[in-house]
Amino acid sequence: MKLNEVVTKLKLQQVTSFAKLDMVVQGGYVSDLLSNVMGQAKPGMIWVTMQGHHNIAAVGSLIGLAAIIVAGDAKVEQDAIEKGNDNDLPIFVTALSSYDIVGALNKLGVTNEQEKK
Amino acid sequence: MKVEYQVPGGDFDRAGEASANIKKLLQRIGIPADVIRRIAIGTYEGEMNCLIHAGGGRVVAEIEPEGTVIIISDQGPGIPDIQKAMQEGWSTAPDYVRAMGFGAGMGLPNMMKCSDDFNIQSKVGEGSTITMKFLYK
Ligand SMILES: Nc1ncnc2c1ncn2[C@@H]1O[C@H](COP(=O)(O)OP(=O)(O)O)[C@@H](O)[C@H]1O
Ligand SMILES: [Mg+2]
Repeated sequence: MKLNEVVTKLKLQQVTSFAKLDMVVQGGYVSDLLSNVMGQAKPGMIWVTMQGHHNIAAVGSLIGLAAIIVAGDAKVEQDAIEKGNDNDLPIFVTALSSYDIVGALNKLGVTNEQEKK
Repeated sequence: MKVEYQVPGGDFDRAGEASANIKKLLQRIGIPADVIRRIAIGTYEGEMNCLIHAGGGRVVAEIEPEGTVIIISDQGPGIPDIQKAMQEGWSTAPDYVRAMGFGAGMGLPNMMKCSDDFNIQSKVGEGSTITMKFLYK
């Protein structure tokens, strides 16, 4: 599934400023521990977190994630947004909790099945 | 080719500059993407350890035709028990660092896992040096 489909269907609000969101999403990962994400998340995934500081953009771009969703109405710091823009990494916010947004992503078919095969 | 970056102690606003720069450099050279990702992850973890635990330090990348060597060194407090530090989940990170999602105690194990060769030297009161080798295979 393409990122722009996910964005529309889950009504994600983008805080970075990318117009073209046509990359294919390769599953997802949820964690607020950065080293855990570094060790487990794969390129092309969506990462769901409640961290909003700029190091999330550093971590996301080093891994080569498709996008970050900051859940639970957590605040995304301005320098995280800037770093996302600099590194081609779209960042979204949602009022849904991490639990609920991950559930919704799964329902949409954004799962890690592809990767397990 | 050899490049060198200083890691500022405790400055989370500038955190990750060395790994981001090394990643860009390797991309320009045309190193395979999966190898770059391993190098970026290992370097970031080491860089953050310098910043969080050692008051800053230095990252050196030696980029050779067959592989890249990353050397992360500091003159911080050193690691009293390396075996313990290498255990997943073991961390002395302060609470404000944990609140940012660092300090899960998985940095050193990640560095070992993502590199082809991992060496850690540390002396209490003198500092620590971590050497990671990555092959472009
Ligand atoms: N450069 C360093 N200088 C001093 N202590 C360090 C250094 N790197 C790691 N350590 C020690 O080893 C522990 C484990 O490191 P790591 O696995 O990266 O986990 P974390 O950084 O999340 O605590 C740290 O909590 C710290 O006590
Ligand atoms: Mg660490």
